[in-house]
Amino acid sequence: MRFKRMWAIFHARNREFFRDRAAFGWNFLFPFLIILGFGVIFKGDYQSQFKVGLFPIFPSGSVHQSIDLLPESFVAFKAISLVGFETRAQGMDKLKQHKIDLLVETGTQPIRYWVSDSSPSGAIVERLLKEALVPPDSAVRFEKKDIQGRQIRYIDWLFPGVLGMNMMFSALYGVGWVVVRYRKNGVLKRLKATPLTAFEYLTAQLISRIFLLMFTLVIVWVGCDWILGFRVYGSLMNLFLVFLAGSTCMTSLGLVIASRGTSEEFTNGVLNFISWPMMFLSEVWFSIEGAPGWLQAAAKIFPLTHLLKAARQVMNEGEGLFAVMPEIAILCAMTLAFLLAGATMFSWNK
Amino acid sequence: MKATAPMRPLLELVDIHKYYKRLRAVDGVSMTIGQGSCFGLLGPNGVGKTTLIEIIEDIIDPTGGTILYKGARRAAQFRQEVGIMFQQTALLSFLSVAETLETFSRLYDLTESIDHLIQLCHLEEVKAQLNDKISGGQKQRLLLALALLNRPELVFLDEPSTGLDPQARRNLWDIIKTVKSQGRTIVLTTHYMEEAEKLCDDIAIMDKGNVIARGAPMALIETHCRRATLSVPKAQFPEKPGDLQGFINERGDRIQIRTDNVNAVVSKLLSMGVDMRGVNLQTPSLEDVFLKLTGRSLRE
Repeated sequence: MRFKRMWAIFHARNREFFRDRAAFGWNFLFPFLIILGFGVIFKGDYQSQFKVGLFPIFPSGSVHQSIDLLPESFVAFKAISLVGFETRAQGMDKLKQHKIDLLVETGTQPIRYWVSDSSPSGAIVERLLKEALVPPDSAVRFEKKDIQGRQIRYIDWLFPGVLGMNMMFSALYGVGWVVVRYRKNGVLKRLKATPLTAFEYLTAQLISRIFLLMFTLVIVWVGCDWILGFRVYGSLMNLFLVFLAGSTCMTSLGLVIASRGTSEEFTNGVLNFISWPMMFLSEVWFSIEGAPGWLQAAAKIFPLTHLLKAARQVMNEGEGLFAVMPEIAILCAMTLAFLLAGATMFSWNK
Repeated sequence: MKATAPMRPLLELVDIHKYYKRLRAVDGVSMTIGQGSCFGLLGPNGVGKTTLIEIIEDIIDPTGGTILYKGARRAAQFRQEVGIMFQQTALLSFLSVAETLETFSRLYDLTESIDHLIQLCHLEEVKAQLNDKISGGQKQRLLLALALLNRPELVFLDEPSTGLDPQARRNLWDIIKTVKSQGRTIVLTTHYMEEAEKLCDDIAIMDKGNVIARGAPMALIETHCRRATLSVPKAQFPEKPGDLQGFINERGDRIQIRTDNVNAVVSKLLSMGVDMRGVNLQTPSLEDVFLKLTGRSLRE
């Protein structure tokens, strides 16, 4: 093993990354824009999650002039936004397309409404409407209590997810797809003709990608934190170690994909097959708490699941390194397995 | 067939074959390649030249057979001592010509000066340009520079001038001649007979996965196609030529005489008062050798 040879490939790969301005910019811009976008969307305390259609509302009229017959507590609820339609047919079209959750005809007694049986949001809005019609005196009394201790903003919960997702795409495509392209166009064959060994080549690729991922992570983190001011309850160093373990694991998975094949189209399919379920099941955007047990178990096969669990424990819950050690151990074990598989299967030209 | 080279063998191939399912890409090639020679593997596309050369380069594994380099099986040192220019290779993206040479130079223990290679391969003007911004001829010269980077004893050139315009091709030939003059062994594949004739001093003609003829270019021509063709304008050709020691053929407004004894035919024509200024002489080429041996053209 010669470090000079590994350094040559490491250096060349980094040069490619930094000089490919489109890919370079996108690697920073993509997570930055997503986080910034979500930061703006979830800046307020509430969001309009449910849409209720009203008809007939004429062009000159306002939605709010036609809501007298609806319970005040229902229309005043911040999670509901009202949308007006001139005709019932227009409203029904939107309801069928799930663009609104409930459709109400104004000025009727009793209130006439339509809701799609297949829409979970529709069922919730229907329930809200019915409960709003019950006189306050006959309703069961509740007492609202505030959450004690830390309240985690959605953006603080989402931030590690977006960073992890960016890391996943960059690791899988930046290694898996690129190496397959090199195999197809003969670059790997040219390198095989030199004294460079497969181990040296793969190690250089691995280290280069980890370096680039961590570099991107730090830049995106600093940029987003400067604008949105994230709350990190744990140690930044621990968080860095968690992301380092995650990036190593996902780059190793990229090497498995890169180990064989000369078809970029096929590799793209394989990468999509792996990355999309990983993105949805690893809780990048939403929690899968309450999902069927088998689905939660299946999610554990993805390295991103363990990376995000550990990162959120450190960032949102202030846990120390010891608490996240099981996740780091799983990531290390996966890394080892991926590296062994990648090195065993690797071919310069097949 | 078994063929031998006159010089001390640098490479020895014993019964090399490579099968892809039913296709016999290389079918039992045995031969030696002499040290310091410029060996040409000649044949049309698809006869197994690239497969054979890549087996010798240790890029693909043969189905069977043995290859000896300096009398022993190829070891890790082989890669330090050979330079390879593949038929089709992309280069690392977003690197300049000089950076590409610098990157590859770090992969070897012993390397040539990059400045010297840039000069040798006429890359001075493009050394700061990115690989994907240079022309086809410049790219081929860069690939040749990469093949020479480690001061190789043995240089493989697989179809080095394919796709180049005539001027770029001649520029490349000049560089190869310089490399040849340094005493390095060159193994070259080509389907351009002119390239083989100008550069090679030892040629093997391949067809259907095997070597069908071997020797120096002139010796091959002498052995397989001694007959030359003299073309005389019909108006000047005597009505009763007598015995011209050749086969006479009428082609349009010219008479063609195919003969093994050009001197005798020329003397006879002169004695009959034929003006030699209108006479053309066509000597046989490697193309004719290949045509005679296989019944097919090299360009097919």
